[in-house]
Amino acid sequence: MNFTLFVTALLTGIAFVAVVTILARLISPRSFNAQKEEAYECGIPTRGRSWMQFRVGYYLFAILFLMFDVETMFLFPWAVVMRSLGSAGLYLVLFFLIILVLGLAYAWRKGALKWQ
Amino acid sequence: MFDFSIISSWLHGLLTGFMPEWAAILTESILVALVIITLYAIFAIVLIYMERKVCAFFQCRLGPMRVGPFGTLQVFSDVFKMLTKEIINLRGTDLFLHNLAPFLVVMASMITFACLPWNVGAQIIDFNVGIFFFLAVSSIGVVGILLAGWSSNNKYSLIGAMRSGAQIISYELSIGMTMLTMICLTGTMSFSEICQQQYAEGWNIFRGHLPAVIAFILYLIAGNAECNRGPFDLPESESELTAGYHTEYSGMHFGYYYLAEYMNLFICAGMATTVFLGGWAPLHIAGLEGFNGIMDYIPGAVWFIGKTLFVVFLLMWLRWTFPRLRIDQILSLEWKYLVPISMANLILMAIIVSNGLHF
Repeated sequence: MNFTLFVTALLTGIAFVAVVTILARLISPRSFNAQKEEAYECGIPTRGRSWMQFRVGYYLFAILFLMFDVETMFLFPWAVVMRSLGSAGLYLVLFFLIILVLGLAYAWRKGALKWQ
Repeated sequence: MFDFSIISSWLHGLLTGFMPEWAAILTESILVALVIITLYAIFAIVLIYMERKVCAFFQCRLGPMRVGPFGTLQVFSDVFKMLTKEIINLRGTDLFLHNLAPFLVVMASMITFACLPWNVGAQIIDFNVGIFFFLAVSSIGVVGILLAGWSSNNKYSLIGAMRSGAQIISYELSIGMTMLTMICLTGTMSFSEICQQQYAEGWNIFRGHLPAVIAFILYLIAGNAECNRGPFDLPESESELTAGYHTEYSGMHFGYYYLAEYMNLFICAGMATTVFLGGWAPLHIAGLEGFNGIMDYIPGAVWFIGKTLFVVFLLMWLRWTFPRLRIDQILSLEWKYLVPISMANLILMAIIVSNGLHF
């Protein structure tokens, strides 16, 4: 039943956007001129293409995020059964976390967290 | 407490009485879809009106007053204005991706909206891995934002989308960590079980004392950043990037982003309510049986909506009080402060729970 409802919510989202967009296109006025289709960049004509190179800094944070997000993903099952695992589970996870903290400390030391 | 599943099982019995099983499930799915859309629209309108009024009162203004009594019809007129505006397809945009992006954003917020527990038994999607599912689906919205910025053929949009992506994925980490902290305390990921537990044993923020309070504060900060709001609204800072990733969207296409932004605020507050403030569970004080009885008399949905709107008010308060941060400040706040604090908090909570020091 849950999966049926999940698909229902998914299709509701898609149908909502589709129906409202069609409705808006039907009832909205339409006009055409050449100026209207230009990209809005403070009113002056656009220079060059907009699909340009951007800062590598964003990429670096994405990699760091990947590392830590996978880590939290591994921790979710542990958190659910934590009480039945007792102190042995706690020490093992502490060890796991220390390795990750060392990873963060390394990235910090290397200046990966600095925006320059 | 009133159990909503009485009504839903009665409806199921009624429908299977005169139609085959698959037709009954189809009818129920259509009803659920209508309920989702109605609630979605109602809460979006309530939140937009509330934001305008709260913002106005923080700035010593009156806010919308002209359209309808106390400006209550202002939001409706804005929605109709957006519907009747033309959706413009600009030259040089990647049309397919440009039109696909609003679908992803609205879809993600609708599925997460369906996860919220409104009352006993009144929850649409109730997986046993609820919180994990919630976090997974809510991160689809980032893809929509990145696509919107990339496909717009506009440098402001691209920069806004990149900033937004970096910010959202960074703060997702803190949200995951604070949720982990609370899962340590509850021992389950299902929203309905978390609420039942809090009804029986008290709200999590009281049960987990110090680490739960720290986690709640961290969640509020990270949730505010996740919704692209408050002091963290630099992806759409109007003074430098015009409007960020949705600059090139017009009419209702822009409306979807506006809608999803407010609904994400509501969902973020609803999540805080469910995990920290008890969801639909009423306020109980140990020893005061009469008081607890009166509190039980108030329906669970009223408790849930009331607490959620209170958290929404807190987030709006944050938004209109603090000045905007720079991108480097945002990223260093997350990576140098929130991530280490939430990791230490997780360990603290694990030690407290395994030694039985919580309430």
